[in-house]
Amino acid sequence: MDEESLLLSLELASGSGQGLSPDRRASLLTSLMLVKRDYRFDRVLFWGRILGLVADYYIAQGLSEDQLAPRKTLYSLNCMEWSLLPPATEEMEMQTSVVKGRFMGDPSHAYEHTELQKVNDGEKVFEEEVVVQIKEETRLVSIIDQIDKAVAVIPRGALVKTPFGPIRVNRTFEGLSSSEAKKLSSYFHFREPVELKNKTLLEKADLDPSLDFMDSLEHDFPKGLASCSSSGSWSIQMERGNTLVVLRSLLWPGLTFYHAPRTKNYGYIYVGTGEKNIDLPFML
Amino acid sequence: MGDLPPDPEPPPQPTSSRRNSQVSERRRSREHTRPQPTVPEEVQQIPLDAQILRGSREMVSSQINRGWSQGASLTPSENFIFQAEEAQRGSIEYPSLNTGFPSEVQPQTYPSEGRLQASHNASLMLQQLQQGEGNLFQQVESAYQEPRADLLGQYTRYQREDLQFSQDTQHGPYLRDDPALQFSPSELGFMPFNMEVPEPEPRELAVQNAKAYLLQTSVNCDLSLYEHLVNLLTKILNQRPEDPLFLLESLNRTTQWEWFHPKLDTLRDDPEMQTTYEMAERQKALFGRSGGGEGEQEMEEEAARMAVPNIMEKAFYFEQAGVGLSSDESFRIFMALKQLVEQQPIHTCRFWGKILGLSRSYLVAEVEFLEGEEEVEEEVEEMMEGGEVMEAHGEEEGNEGEEKVTDVIPKPTWKPPPVVPKEASRNGANKYVYFVCNEPGRPWVRLPHVTPIQIVQARKIKKFFTGFLDAPVISYPPFPGNEANYLRAQIARISAATHISPLGFYQFGEEEGDEEEEGGARRDSYEENPDFEGIPVLELVDSMANWVHHTQHILPQGRCTWVNPLQKTEEEEEELGEEEEKADEWIEEAEQEVGPPLLMPLSEDAEIMHMSPWTARLSCSLSPQYSVAVMRSNLWPGAYAYASGKKFENIYIGWGHKYSPENFSPSLPAPVQQEYPSGPEIMEMSDPTVEEEQALKAAQEQALAAAEEEEEEEEEEEEDEDEDQDD
Repeated sequence: MDEESLLLSLELASGSGQGLSPDRRASLLTSLMLVKRDYRFDRVLFWGRILGLVADYYIAQGLSEDQLAPRKTLYSLNCMEWSLLPPATEEMEMQTSVVKGRFMGDPSHAYEHTELQKVNDGEKVFEEEVVVQIKEETRLVSIIDQIDKAVAVIPRGALVKTPFGPIRVNRTFEGLSSSEAKKLSSYFHFREPVELKNKTLLEKADLDPSLDFMDSLEHDFPKGLASCSSSGSWSIQMERGNTLVVLRSLLWPGLTFYHAPRTKNYGYIYVGTGEKNIDLPFML
Repeated sequence: MGDLPPDPEPPPQPTSSRRNSQVSERRRSREHTRPQPTVPEEVQQIPLDAQILRGSREMVSSQINRGWSQGASLTPSENFIFQAEEAQRGSIEYPSLNTGFPSEVQPQTYPSEGRLQASHNASLMLQQLQQGEGNLFQQVESAYQEPRADLLGQYTRYQREDLQFSQDTQHGPYLRDDPALQFSPSELGFMPFNMEVPEPEPRELAVQNAKAYLLQTSVNCDLSLYEHLVNLLTKILNQRPEDPLFLLESLNRTTQWEWFHPKLDTLRDDPEMQTTYEMAERQKALFGRSGGGEGEQEMEEEAARMAVPNIMEKAFYFEQAGVGLSSDESFRIFMALKQLVEQQPIHTCRFWGKILGLSRSYLVAEVEFLEGEEEVEEEVEEMMEGGEVMEAHGEEEGNEGEEKVTDVIPKPTWKPPPVVPKEASRNGANKYVYFVCNEPGRPWVRLPHVTPIQIVQARKIKKFFTGFLDAPVISYPPFPGNEANYLRAQIARISAATHISPLGFYQFGEEEGDEEEEGGARRDSYEENPDFEGIPVLELVDSMANWVHHTQHILPQGRCTWVNPLQKTEEEEEELGEEEEKADEWIEEAEQEVGPPLLMPLSEDAEIMHMSPWTARLSCSLSPQYSVAVMRSNLWPGAYAYASGKKFENIYIGWGHKYSPENFSPSLPAPVQQEYPSGPEIMEMSDPTVEEEQALKAAQEQALAAAEEEEEEEEEEEEDEDEDQDD
C-alpha cells in the first residue's frame, strides 16, 4: 500500500484481522518518508509484516518511475531503521526451498540443513553429510520475492503503458465499477507478464495494449470450482456493506488486497507467517 | 454586410505576434461572415484561418459582429487586430488539428467556410464561382479584386493551404502551427510553380479525407475523435475556465468518461449501487433504538442488563496489539450483539471472533443462555434422534423373525462402532452456544451443538469455509454434517485450545473431593476470583506459567469428559437379547482417555517441532509502562489474547485451521473388509483334475469288473452245484 495513504489503507485492509498498532503506524509514517528521501524512490509501498517467533519483520518496497522495474526491498524490526535487502536470485530460491517452518525473527539466524553430497575423493565416491547454513535474511528475500511474483495484485487500469515503454501510474484511474470489481479478470498480477504470450490471437485482439499488459488473476492455478463463487486460489468478498471489495489469497494466507470501487483507493498488504499453503488443493 | 475598403497598408506588426494563438476562437456563423479585405498580410493570416475549428457558433461571432459593426469605420487593419484579439482571448491551441468540422457542416463546407477567411478568398471565390455557391463570395470577390496581392502571394496562399489541409502524402504533411515556421520564404520555395491553381478537388478531397478520418469510430466505441473534440470544445466554451490549456487533459478525460457513463434518468436508481444501499439500510436498522418508549425505565433496564460486553474497549486493546477489525466495524458488531441479546434470552455473551470464508465470512458470538431457556430446543432434537434409533431396532427384530422361516443366511457380524453420545448442554465442548452471522445487520443464526464424532472427523480434514452454512462438506473421511457442523466443530477446537487467562483470574469452586476418586472427578467448573489483583504485564510476557487455559481440553474421543462407549444403557440391553450379548464379549475394553486438567498453565503445552506454541509480546516496546501483554498462538494462527491489569480477552480472527509444519496428508481409505469368516462349510472344494477323475474312473471300473467276476464265479458255482445235484 502506498505510504501516502497509509492510514486509510490500513483501515480498509483491516477486515482480515491483522493490522498495525498505533505506535507502529506512527513510526511508519515518519520513517517511510525518510526512506523515500534517502533512497530517492518515486513511490514507497508498505509491503507488510512477516510474523516471526521472536520478532516481526516489517517490509517496505520502493519503486522507481517505471512501475514494473525490479523493486528494492527494505526490512526493519522496529519500523524505524530500515535495511536494504539484496535482490532475489534463483540460487537463493533453491536454497531456501528446503527450509520449512516459521521465521525466527532474527535476521542473522542460520537454518541448518543437512544434505547428502557426493564427494569425489580420488577413486572413491562416498556420500557425506554436509550441513548447509542458510541465513534467515536469504530466506526472507526469497519469500518476499515469491509472494510478490505469485500474489501481488493491481486493478486493471491503474497502470498504463506509455508508447515508449515505461509503465506509469495512471493518473486518471478512477476505480473499477462495482460490477467489474467482482470479477477476477479485472485484476492483474503486479509483475512482468508470463502468461500473456500464451493467449490466442482472438483473445489478444480484445486486449487494450496500453492497459492489458499484465497477467490477469483469472487463470491462476488451481482453477476454481464451478459450485462456489470463489475462483481457485483467490477469495473475493464484499465487505463493509458492499463498499469494499477484498481479495484474499488462499495460496499465501495473509495476503489481502482491497479496493473501494469507484474510488482510487486500492492496495495490498501481507501479514502472515511467510509460509505457502501447500494444502490448498485439499482445502477447496 | 458592407464592403470594407481595402487597406493598402500592412497591418501593424503586433498582429504577427498575436497570430500565435492558433485559434479557433474566431468562430463565426456563416451568417455573420465578414469578408476581410485582403492585403498582403493576409498571407500571414493563413495559418489562423486554416485552423478553424467549429465547435459551436457562439458569442465570439456576435462579439466580432459587434466589433464589426462598431468597427465599420475601423480600418481593416484594426479589424484584423480585433479579430486577432478575439482569437487570443480564447487561446486554446490545437496544433495538430488542422481541420475540424462540426457534424452539421456538410462535407462541402470547406469552400464555404473558407470564404470567411480572408486569405482563402482568392481561391475560394474562384471555387465558389465555379460551383455557384454563395452570393457572399461575390461580395468578397469584389473586395478581393482590389487588394494588391501579388500573384506570388496568391500562389503561396494556395500552397500554404494545401500544406495545411491535406493529409495525404501527396499533398504534404501538416505543418505545426508555429508562426516562425510559416512564413519563411524557403518553405514556399519547394512548392513548384506549376501547381498554379490547384484544383479545388484535390484540396477538397484532402479535407474530406481528413474529416472522414476524424469521423471514423473504432470497434470499441461509438465515439469518433471528431465528436469527442466537438464535445470537448463545446464544454470548454460553455464553461470558459480560466486557464483552459492547463485543464485540457482533465477536461479531455471527463468528457470521454461522461460520454460512456451517461447519467441515468433521475427516476430510476443506479442498479449497481442497489446492493450497497440495501446493506446500508440494514445496518441503519442496527442503530435504531429498540422498540418502545424512551422512558427512564427503559434506560435503567438497559443499563442493568450488562449482557453485552464492552466491545469497544476490547477492540481498543486489541488494536494496541495490532489485531482486530477497524473501529467502525467493531462498533457495528457491538450493535449487532446488542440486537442479538434483545432477540434471545441471553445471560452473557461475548464476541468470539471472525472466521474468514471464501465468499463470505462469519462473525461468531459466544453466548450463554439464561437458565432453563435453551432446553426446549434440546428436547426436540433428542426426540428426533431417539425416534430414529427406535425405528432401526424395530426393523432388526422384524428381520430376525423372517430369517428363521427361510434358509439361514449368514448374518453379518459387523456392527457400527458405538456412537459416543454428545455432551449435554453447558458441559464440556457444548458449554456455550454459538451464533453466527455474515455481516453486522444480517440475522444471527444459531449453530447446533457439536457431537464428538464431528470433532474427531474435523481433526482429520482441512477445508475452507465457503460462507454458506448449509454448504456440504465434501471430504474424506466423510464429515457427518454440513458446514454449520464443521464450523461448530472448529470453533470448539479453537476454544479449547486457545482460550487463556492470566493465572488467578479464575479459580476452582468448592472442593469436590479428591481427584483420585474412581473415574477421576475432574474439576470442570470454575468461577471468577474476586480477589484477583492482576499480574504485571512484564511478568505475563516473560513466563508462560502465568497464563492458564480456562476451557477444557477435548479428548481424542471428541468429548471433554470420557465416556465408555461400550456401556449400554438398560434399554439397549433388553432389546438385544441374550445371544448377542455373548457375541459382544470379545470386544476389547476401551481405555479411559485422560487429558490435561482444567486451569493448566501454558508452560505445559506441547511444543510444535521445537517451537513454543505461544509467542508473548509487549504491545509497544517504546512505552512498556502502558503496554498490554499480548499472546499469539502459533498452533492456531489467528488466536490472540491480551491482558492488562485486571482485564483480559481472547479473540480469533483467521481461516479456522490449525497450523501444522507438515503437509496435510489425507487419511487413506480403509482396507477392504472381509465379507465373512472363512470356515469349512463355505470353503470351496477344488475340482478334481482330469488325472484324478480318470484314476477314479479306472478304479471304479476295476471295482465293477471285480464285482462282475465274483458274480460270475458264484453263478458258475451254483451251476456246478446244480449239476451235481442232478446226478
